[in-house]
Amino acid sequence: MLMEDVRLREGLRACMNCGVCTGVCPSAEFYDYDPRRIVNIIQGRDDDQIEALLRSETIWYCGECMSCRPRCPRGNTPGYIIQALRTLSQRLGLFVESEKGRQQLALKRTIGQHILDKGYCITPRLVAPSQHPEQGPVWKWAVENDTDFFARLTPNYMGAGSGAVREIDRETISEIQKIFEVTGGSAFFENIEAASDAKAREMGFDGASDRYMMHTFSHNSNRH
Amino acid sequence: MKRSSWKEYQKEIADDRYYYARSCIRQNFFPGSETTFLRIMREALGKDIFDDPRHTSCTGIGYHSDIVPLDTTMAVVARQFALATEAGYENIAVSCITSFGLYTEILETWHEFPETEARARENLFKATGREFVIPKNIAHTSDLVFHNREKIEELAVRRLVDARTGEPLRIVEHIGCHYAKIFPKSGIGGSEFPYVLAGMVEQWGGSVVDYPERRHCCGFGFRNYLVQANRGFSIANSRKKLESMAPYKPDMIVANCPGCAMFLDKWQYALAEMENSTYGADGRGIPVLTYEEMAGLVLGYDPWEMGMQMHQVDVEPVLERLGVKYDPAAKFLGRAGKYIGAPGEAAVNSFSGDRIYRIRQ
Repeated sequence: MLMEDVRLREGLRACMNCGVCTGVCPSAEFYDYDPRRIVNIIQGRDDDQIEALLRSETIWYCGECMSCRPRCPRGNTPGYIIQALRTLSQRLGLFVESEKGRQQLALKRTIGQHILDKGYCITPRLVAPSQHPEQGPVWKWAVENDTDFFARLTPNYMGAGSGAVREIDRETISEIQKIFEVTGGSAFFENIEAASDAKAREMGFDGASDRYMMHTFSHNSNRH
Repeated sequence: MKRSSWKEYQKEIADDRYYYARSCIRQNFFPGSETTFLRIMREALGKDIFDDPRHTSCTGIGYHSDIVPLDTTMAVVARQFALATEAGYENIAVSCITSFGLYTEILETWHEFPETEARARENLFKATGREFVIPKNIAHTSDLVFHNREKIEELAVRRLVDARTGEPLRIVEHIGCHYAKIFPKSGIGGSEFPYVLAGMVEQWGGSVVDYPERRHCCGFGFRNYLVQANRGFSIANSRKKLESMAPYKPDMIVANCPGCAMFLDKWQYALAEMENSTYGADGRGIPVLTYEEMAGLVLGYDPWEMGMQMHQVDVEPVLERLGVKYDPAAKFLGRAGKYIGAPGEAAVNSFSGDRIYRIRQ
């Protein structure tokens, strides 16, 4: 299944284990993470080791900055391999077996749902100051006064027409939703919800409730 | 490698008639920069650029958070190509670095794996009835400003120099990772020596700061910021860059990626609050500008009308060095001059000049 993903076919030729990818990797500096080792496991094609990766914390550490790509002397892209592994982990429902993997529910319900509802990944009120203290007092002020302040900078703030942060018309939103249905994006979302719901119950939550989603969003065991 | 090696990485940039692809992140955090870019293109340069109300997110933030499958993203991007085709435009001007990287990657993937293009066409038609022609030219909006840097210099009311001493401003340029790390040939100067921002800075009289972590990621890392539990990754990587550049005493940072411009600004705020660390002159933060704002200042645009008050690190030190005349009382006004209060104070801006913004209270 993994080899069906074009990103894996494009991202992996013979790796000589030089470790340049790990040397330049921002995630390797912060987490117990070694992209060189992941590439080596995949090229070894050991199904047991690959399944262990799909259940692991490890594959969720990468930031997909792709700094590894231009530096690899063999032309490999560990970041592409990670994308393929993450997609498969979610298709098989194995992402819920790790703390970092379970966060996919929070990403689906924030960014994913916003694309379907608003046509953008984010709009100002999604970046709620209560969940984003790092955004500071200027952002808090801007969001709290959004209809007055954003309207100074853009002609149709959350209204019809062109310009930054406009409201997108219903027909366009419906086209985006139809694309998600036709291409499997909606089914992918439903799979994240179903696997999360089962895991949440196993963990003692009342299903994939808002409380469980917030748990995946904010809990850090600090064992990374 | 020689400093001039950027010249080996040239790319074709269309001269006129663009379909504008907005950025979720830029329009959210820097709506005035998008407005300013369109103003520069239309009013200063006389270009035709179409801002289509039907344009949407490319899903890029969702794609790189791994919740949106590749086939879905390809069909959404194909829809944008279809909108451009229907409107009669062959060139796409992309505001977001994530989108720019994604458009480039999708076109390369379609070329390498033709079955993926066929599937995208089929999916798009089934979902929307639309069809498309592959664009002739895809450029990031910073490419377009770079492309027109000499014309902008002709129209300039000021240069990037200290108005009091005539010395060039010391400017850190930060290039978004997905501008050229995915496909080095897609960016001016490639991934190691990108020149798209350095070219603007040098053309307009500034001096580019070289420092050890110049090519390090800003720390966004998609899920590593978007999920609250992971934000230690993000701030730690921004901190690494800030510590690396601080000894070179930059006057400002300029970025071509909207996410990078936001993170390098907001994490300075957080670091000042958390550990009392600041990285700029006189115990303050280093102002972070978008390239649209930098170009706008060169052209004499009003900083507050460009939305420069949205940065958490105050930009006034840069304005003062450049000799920009600005109205302190107008900084935090709403539309039509309405007074809507002012943000709270922040340690990163802790200097006496702050008091000036309380005069209307």
